[in-house]
Amino acid sequence: MSEHILLPEGSIEKQTTTLNLGPTHPATHGVFQNILELDGERIMKATSTVGYIHRAFEKIAERRNLFQITPLTDRLNYCSSPLNNIGWHLTCEKLLGVSTPKRVDYLRVIIMELARIADHLICNSIVGVDSGAYSGFLYVMQFRELIYEIYEEVCGSRLTTNIGRIGGFERNFTNTAFEKIEKFLDEKTGYPAQLKEFENLFTRNRIFMERTIGCGPIAPERAMNYGFTGPNLRAAGVDYDVRVHSPYSSYEDFDFTIPVGSTGDCYDRFLVRNEEMWQSLSIIKQAYQKVQEFKGAEAEVYHADVPAYYLPEKKDVYTKMEALIYHFKIIMGETEMPAGEVYHSIEGANGELGYYLISDGGRTPYRLHFRRPCFIYYQAYPELIQGGMLSDAVITMSSLNLIAGELDA
Amino acid sequence: MKFLQLEIMLTNEIIQQRLTEKFGEQLTGWMEPYGMLTFTAAKEINLKVLQFLHDDEEMKFTFLTDLQAVHYPDQKGAELAVVYHLHNWTDNVRIRFKVFTDINQPDVFSATALYQSANFMERETYDFFGVNFVGHPNLIRILNVDEMDYFPLRKEYPLEDQTRIDKDDEMFGRG
Repeated sequence: MSEHILLPEGSIEKQTTTLNLGPTHPATHGVFQNILELDGERIMKATSTVGYIHRAFEKIAERRNLFQITPLTDRLNYCSSPLNNIGWHLTCEKLLGVSTPKRVDYLRVIIMELARIADHLICNSIVGVDSGAYSGFLYVMQFRELIYEIYEEVCGSRLTTNIGRIGGFERNFTNTAFEKIEKFLDEKTGYPAQLKEFENLFTRNRIFMERTIGCGPIAPERAMNYGFTGPNLRAAGVDYDVRVHSPYSSYEDFDFTIPVGSTGDCYDRFLVRNEEMWQSLSIIKQAYQKVQEFKGAEAEVYHADVPAYYLPEKKDVYTKMEALIYHFKIIMGETEMPAGEVYHSIEGANGELGYYLISDGGRTPYRLHFRRPCFIYYQAYPELIQGGMLSDAVITMSSLNLIAGELDA
Repeated sequence: MKFLQLEIMLTNEIIQQRLTEKFGEQLTGWMEPYGMLTFTAAKEINLKVLQFLHDDEEMKFTFLTDLQAVHYPDQKGAELAVVYHLHNWTDNVRIRFKVFTDINQPDVFSATALYQSANFMERETYDFFGVNFVGHPNLIRILNVDEMDYFPLRKEYPLEDQTRIDKDDEMFGRG
């Protein structure tokens, strides 16, 4: 930072300008308000205000059955809703003591890693947009579209997916779904080629590097103290990943590495996300292979045996008494869950996404708390942008991957 | 790597033993729901417990994963529970501890001096439950509007008015 001339102390003129960045500023990608004290173009002080799209999910969840809470989790980080959905299902399964078959775990891993790629590619291409390079953003969109088509094939919806159920998936993956996954993984025409092209556009691009290196850095100790998790923490050089520390959904069966950065600036965050996409691709390939290895009756398994929580097939409901009873009980929310308190976390696209569920043995949670990674690391934002330029504040915000829906719950 | 394997892993038993040595009778309600060590501390010593867990060479609970509150209206004199989730990244151990407080005088010491991350989390807890974190630098509402004059996640505010008569939902088990 260069020397900067300040007006003399006690000058009649105001020394700084107050600027409201947000809540509806196009550069903030969501409803974030920051009241900036500017000296010229340099940020002297920033105050963040949050809560513009608070929707009281925790209160609503206290009157909803477990399966009715899944659509609420969609709307946390809506760039990667399947991660939130499956995280919630895993929490319920932990409370209910359900163990899922391996095939379900692998199918879930495929969907979760696709969601991670969808999230990271949005974040990284938006960093490009904010630094003035729009083309990367347009190029990767076709592959996000392909990921959405895979979701669509599996669960029927695209953005707020409500994917899967407690115990597994609502139906087996169709051949079309597998074909689309193969299309996505294809080295020549699929996402790997696209990602390579995206890298060529950005990674060693002089303008992009000048723009992002040293912009919004954070030291590992500060990042830990501020509760950073996920790619933002790993960019600062701490190799904490929930997938490795507390494996869930059979992540221990996969071979992958955790990329780490060193300075925690925008460029490192970009590189870490970029490398994570390669790792996710490798995990999807491994999972896809493992899924293909199941033969015969095993290849038809797509959910665990939890009749009290897993909706029976519709044709059974019309013809079988037991299925009808369970269908009715589930839909009417008449299943009592065991009492207990459980904390479960998964590696969301932004960091450790935790669910703290307290059940008193009733039909709805007594208390449900979402540990939203965005909400916790957003408090470091004023510190990250202080002393920098206004345009650095914009690019820092997009490289932190702040999602207003997750932040405000 | 061999050194690491020779060291004794930090287990729930060791944590419980060390904490009992240090704080004795002030820690109660030891449990292990789903493998996570859980206990209750007297609300006066919450910072001392946090500080010990943070600084002790063996404990190293340097990461505050989560902080929130729960309302138990039937426990007279201890209606609000503030729940801390801590994580030791070196040995990969999580623990949870609770501090109960009277709803009429919900003063709990703030953890912001130890963990910067507690700032927003305590503001959120204040916003929804009205826990007054003593020593917090900026204890104001965060997600709700500033004009709100109640704490919405407390149990006395039902999600939907149960006495509503304009909706006939007897068929759906709520009549």
